[in-house]
Amino acid sequence: MGSRNAHVFLYALCFLIRFCLVSHSPESFSKQGRDLGLQSTWKKLAIAVALLGMGQQAFASVLAEDRTDFLYHRYDGGGVTIDGPSVLVRKSVGKSVSLSANYYVDMISSASIDVITTASPYTEERTQYSLSADYLRGNTTMSMGYTSSTESDFDANTYSLSLSQDMFGQLTTLTLSYAYGDDTVGRSDDPNFSEDNSRQQYGVGLTQILTRNMIAALNVEVITDEGFLNNPYRSVRFLDTNSPVGYSFEPELYPRTRTTNAVGIRTKYYLPYRAALEAHYRYFNDTWDIESHTGSIAYVHPWRDFTFTAKYRYHDQTGAHFFRDLFARSEATNFRGRDKELSPLRSQTMRLSAAYEFISDGWNFIDRGTVNVSLDYLQVEYKEFRDISTGAPLGSEPFYALDATILQVFFSFWY
Amino acid sequence: MRKRQIFRVLLPVIALAALSGCSSIEPWVKPYERDRLADPIMFMDMNPVSSAYIYHVYEAREGARGGEGMAGGGCGCN
Repeated sequence: MGSRNAHVFLYALCFLIRFCLVSHSPESFSKQGRDLGLQSTWKKLAIAVALLGMGQQAFASVLAEDRTDFLYHRYDGGGVTIDGPSVLVRKSVGKSVSLSANYYVDMISSASIDVITTASPYTEERTQYSLSADYLRGNTTMSMGYTSSTESDFDANTYSLSLSQDMFGQLTTLTLSYAYGDDTVGRSDDPNFSEDNSRQQYGVGLTQILTRNMIAALNVEVITDEGFLNNPYRSVRFLDTNSPVGYSFEPELYPRTRTTNAVGIRTKYYLPYRAALEAHYRYFNDTWDIESHTGSIAYVHPWRDFTFTAKYRYHDQTGAHFFRDLFARSEATNFRGRDKELSPLRSQTMRLSAAYEFISDGWNFIDRGTVNVSLDYLQVEYKEFRDISTGAPLGSEPFYALDATILQVFFSFWY
Repeated sequence: MRKRQIFRVLLPVIALAALSGCSSIEPWVKPYERDRLADPIMFMDMNPVSSAYIYHVYEAREGARGGEGMAGGGCGCN
């Protein structure tokens, strides 16, 4: 049966590769793509959760552990505060099926640099539900998932499938994934405004045991977006001699397609005194001319009932071809954007986290329980996006920089 | 041109033939040697709920996305 599953899996692999090649023919690539903005980050989270739900179960020929997590998250930086809960429940049904559900809320209070210079501070709430099911048969795991995200002016639905196969004496795990998303973009100040996006995501992952102390994972991911990809509220600024400050604003206009490619490799090494070292690198590019390199290194150190983690992450990117901090005139180019995340930038993150295992020998139906506290300090330096809130003379405003703290407190239970 | 066509046809066949023979590969890390890889500190994704959240933050603050996911992290020794 294992051999038969392997053949089915290889057939599916060929089919997916062929499908990807057709979908990303030169004609498809020649279309300029575009996305981002505060709203579009929600749909990206929907995909991230869907794929993580698929990925975590790809644990060789066993289903993921039954566990429940209660998380409180809080992001505070750049005039933006976002906090809320996330609850993730995973439970197996029999020996072959594992179900999971996630409930996630973002409560947003924003007075970001974009908002204070072109609009008014606002509050918003987003709610997301995810469901997924994994089916294990032999060395093959099949998964499907659905995620729904809603807020007052943005709805997103994502449907996902994945297939995972263990091979070579379970030294290797190959995972294929596909997700389709459709979004509806609205405007809180215009009930008649409605635009659509669609998104397709293809992933291939390979996890490999290298030695008895080392494991590595390679992930390749291609995502295509099509539709209304800019933020309907954001504006670009352009030189205007009729304005007292020397510039005016007009709405952004992005290309209606975007294709992104990412290749990531992660490796983890077991140190002789029971600790772990992890390194990760990702290369990214897209059809908007953004190219980035991201690397991180982490150290995990258990001590008695505690597990401590320290992590450093570095990210550097070029900007989108249509990004300008200041356009020469109104409608100066076919596509126009001033989203600071599309600017060339560099970000660095330092993380410290601690987990304490307060149930280790079982209590009622719970086998194990931990409480975790994690604090990230994020620093972003924008290389072309200027801080016009300073009131400095036109063209000599300082480049914007952002510091943020990201707090996570969560309880995890295994049963 | 003809060579290229032949190559296109033969490549998948060769790849499949090579893979179909993989079942005979002897695992160089035996199941009983995977105790360290089974330690929770070696899991590629120790806390999925936390990872999903932090990837969301990065995607909101940066122009890149994808490639961070976990292809598995398994060692068959859960």
